[in-house]
Amino acid sequence: MQVSYYPGCTLKTNAKNFETSALAVLDRLGVTAQELEDWYCCGVCFSQASDNLMQQIAPIRTLVKAKESGNPQLLTLCTMCYNTLKRSVEFIKADEEKLETIHKFMDREATRFYGDEVDVIDVLSLIKQIGLDKLKEAVVKKVKNLKIASYYGCMLLRPKEIAIDSPDDPSIMEDIILASGCENVYFPFRTECCGSYQIVNEPDIVKTRAKKIIGSALKNGADLMVILCPLCYYNLDEVQAEIRKEDPRFQTLPVLYITQLLALLLGLDLDIHDFSLHSVDPRPVLKRKGLL
Amino acid sequence: MKRIGVFVCHCGINIAATVDIESVVKDLEDYPGVVLVQDYKYMCSDPGQNIIKEKIKSERLDGIVVAACSPTLHENTFRLTCKTVGMNPYSCEIANIREQCSWVHKNKDEATLKAKLIIRSIVEKALLDEELEPVQVPVIRKALVLGGGIAGIQAALSIANSGYEVILVEKQSSIGGRMAQLSETFPTLDCSQCILTPKMVDVAQHEKIRLMTYSELEDISGFVGNFKVKIRQKAKYVDWDKCTGCGLCIEKCPKKAPSEFDQGLEKRKAVFTPFPQAVPNKPVIDHENCTYFKTGKCQLCKIVCSFDAVDFDETETFVEEEVGAIVVATGYDVYPVLNMDEYGSGKLPDVIDGLTFERILSSSGPTGGEVRRPSDGTVPKEIVFIKCVGSRDPEHHFPYCSKICCMYTTKHAMLYKHRVHDGQPYIFYMDVRAGGKGYEEFYQRAQEEDNVIFLRGKVSKVYQDDDKVVVCGIDTIYGRNVEIRADMVVLAMAIRPSKGVEELTRLLKIAIDQNGFLTEAHPKLRPVESLSAGIYLAGCAQAPKDIPDTVAQASATASMVSNLFSQEYLLHDPLITGVNEDLCSGCGVCVSVCPYDARKLNKEEGIVEVNEVLCEGCGSCSAACPSGAAQQKNFTDTQLSNMVKAILSE
Amino acid sequence: MTKKKAISSRKLTSEDADQLHDISGVNVYACYQCGNCSASCPAVEFMDIPPHLVIRLAQLGFIDELIEAETPWICAACITCTVKCPRGVDIAKVMEGLRQIVLRRDFEHINIREIDKKLREKLPQIALIGNFRKTIL
Repeated sequence: MQVSYYPGCTLKTNAKNFETSALAVLDRLGVTAQELEDWYCCGVCFSQASDNLMQQIAPIRTLVKAKESGNPQLLTLCTMCYNTLKRSVEFIKADEEKLETIHKFMDREATRFYGDEVDVIDVLSLIKQIGLDKLKEAVVKKVKNLKIASYYGCMLLRPKEIAIDSPDDPSIMEDIILASGCENVYFPFRTECCGSYQIVNEPDIVKTRAKKIIGSALKNGADLMVILCPLCYYNLDEVQAEIRKEDPRFQTLPVLYITQLLALLLGLDLDIHDFSLHSVDPRPVLKRKGLL
Repeated sequence: MKRIGVFVCHCGINIAATVDIESVVKDLEDYPGVVLVQDYKYMCSDPGQNIIKEKIKSERLDGIVVAACSPTLHENTFRLTCKTVGMNPYSCEIANIREQCSWVHKNKDEATLKAKLIIRSIVEKALLDEELEPVQVPVIRKALVLGGGIAGIQAALSIANSGYEVILVEKQSSIGGRMAQLSETFPTLDCSQCILTPKMVDVAQHEKIRLMTYSELEDISGFVGNFKVKIRQKAKYVDWDKCTGCGLCIEKCPKKAPSEFDQGLEKRKAVFTPFPQAVPNKPVIDHENCTYFKTGKCQLCKIVCSFDAVDFDETETFVEEEVGAIVVATGYDVYPVLNMDEYGSGKLPDVIDGLTFERILSSSGPTGGEVRRPSDGTVPKEIVFIKCVGSRDPEHHFPYCSKICCMYTTKHAMLYKHRVHDGQPYIFYMDVRAGGKGYEEFYQRAQEEDNVIFLRGKVSKVYQDDDKVVVCGIDTIYGRNVEIRADMVVLAMAIRPSKGVEELTRLLKIAIDQNGFLTEAHPKLRPVESLSAGIYLAGCAQAPKDIPDTVAQASATASMVSNLFSQEYLLHDPLITGVNEDLCSGCGVCVSVCPYDARKLNKEEGIVEVNEVLCEGCGSCSAACPSGAAQQKNFTDTQLSNMVKAILSE
Repeated sequence: MTKKKAISSRKLTSEDADQLHDISGVNVYACYQCGNCSASCPAVEFMDIPPHLVIRLAQLGFIDELIEAETPWICAACITCTVKCPRGVDIAKVMEGLRQIVLRRDFEHINIREIDKKLREKLPQIALIGNFRKTIL
């Protein structure tokens, strides 16, 4: 099976380990993710102004490329990319007039995109589509009592037009974790925002959020937290180190991309992980649980 | 040619301000067939009607046209006016120049012209009208009441007390419905069962009421005054004629299942009565849970029964009856907590719905009325009540207000405080709707005397944290978020029409609204009738309502049924579509388009036959008939074509 | 001591609200002030005006007070409020509308040069671009 793949900016820099682990896991599960030959920054934050068409052009350009690739599905790993691309699709589908205007700016594109030709898909939904049974079969490392807190963040669950699961009580990550042989830890803040881009000029918001989210996962017995968004990753991993500096009593929790955990469980090449990118080192707990 | 009189109403300025009455009168005076045109300020008033009466006599009129408001309002008035002076009522026609003309137009010239054309066309119709007599139908004076909750009980008793026979059909093995589950009722705090059970006993003892529990309506045919119904009694596996209700089988039964009556808080046996005061107080065996039906072994109940009443071979039975009227009182269900993702999706044991809390408060409930939370049986010291859960939420759940939650939640908080003196109840609300007799005073009492803390705002999230349930909400009055670490949470869930009502309405051919509640014939003026003649509504099946409203509505429904039964014959509108046997080719097209099953193909004769009582005169068959054999009385093809010509002639 | 202004009928029928409506496409009058947006907002404790009062002020025509408020710049567009709203009021779009009104006047709300260089190098691109999209025209 083959899907088109849109990496987005961060997957080529800060989140390289997300990309390498995800592509390796998908490959093991029989999916080839073919990177688009040409792609643009999605803009990260979907413009919510009804009259701002300029910001729709970049995502639509990328979707045109995806359509030209011929694959019916376009995989995004970064959840902000997923959100922006998917919402742009919904945006043009809802308003033909605006689509026409956007098309007027597509002077370099030979193809027109109308919304239904490419299905933007996130990695969780893709794994579910491949089949949880298949994932279960592919697991080579059996772990005992590895308690995972799955953190969804915002961008896969909101707004509801593009939500991959219930915004208030999702289960897709837990289903995947269960199939991979780990235990689920439910914590009440798993769908609550980490503070997002406010890390740039309102870092206190992010710190408050991170304390709450990490604290609640720890309180419910998590060994590890898995996530999907490189920004959540920064806000929950890097910021933990900062909180720790300010408050030595703060207890930390290692954070991994969910595909890193799956890669370990599937026994894939360890080089793909680049654990040096983590500020809360996950290696001790991974060793303790026999994954390293 | 007939002598037609035209009477033009000003309706004050409703018509006269937009339609030039003088010009209309002048125009009609010369119209062929019209021998008199008369205008008056209010034609429907007594003097207006007297003018019509006098003119019919003095001008020897054969037919009249009243140009006024919609026929739905005063057609009957003017037809009766005609009747009193010996004119056939069906010789009176209404030209609607108000709703379809003056009210919807601004330009006086155009409106005046339109009024003229409307009246001319109706004159054309009147010229060819036949004199008709209403069709007479006998009435079977026996009612079928579907649903044995307080609505059905009240309706059945009231109809029976008027001297008419009633069959009361209830799905469960006992009557009583939701009201039997409640603890104490607002605003008087009288015990629900104490005031309900005497009525239940009255039903059982009433010589005019035939009680059929554990039964459902299977099939229905016929029409108002003459319904044929088939009722299915489910297999009870206990012969109620032999059973004395001693309860020994229940005592000995080794198999338990969650009690529906106790909202799953308690277990019942596989052979059971739902509650001790059940009427009839005879058990049924629950096929799903019975060990014998599962494994072929056990039969303990059969062994201990001294009256040989247990019968594992019993099958469902069918009863056919004829009734003249049907009351639908099928009640409500509570919208399940599992639909509320933000409140734990039903996975948190100490987050329960209001009905479950009623069982906890009830002295006959699993805790004997002591407030103890489901998870560990401890007494909750802080309890949060959340209103409007699923209600008033068009985006995620239901747009309507469930109406009873404001009062019962206030009652819950009050009763909690009466039992747990050192406890603290909180109520999250958006509005307090206390619009009943004594309701506002009750609400004030909860605030002043029972120290219930009312927080105005919604709760966004409820989650478990250790043994506490954390409630994250807001008080919008102060504009600050609120976080309460509570021991227990009670959700005032939306009220839904009871399960299966949709299938039932399909069977009965009555309408439901967008929320699934039964539709009344008119929201203000015909609130207890369905749009199908002879089928009436009562209780929460029609819309959420409390016990006083339900009893009032059920009494009104019963009065409508008695009203129907007080007549020996029903008069059916004769404006029906017959069959011209010479023209009918027996193609059957009209049969397939008739929504009322009024037309049947007689294959032997090769023609269609019409049941005049079932025909509602909708005209579908007339439009469909390829040969012109189906002509609706006083709406013949010739009449319609003349009317169209009259309009186009200008 | 500053006096609080009373709500006048001139305010209630203010045309200021039109621009907000045009940019956001949101009918704020559907709001019945249940407060779920504020109750669920992960950043409400940092806001000077909680989201439900933003909508209330918008209903009353106090757009001038709203564009002076910190709240739209605290909002991280997590869309929780919008998902929670029982009346389908897209509060996140109202916040965007308020940011846009200010940005279309002032062009920028933050000064990029003031961002710490070290932080700038460390942050993932999506943090920076996301932030700039919301704070610079």
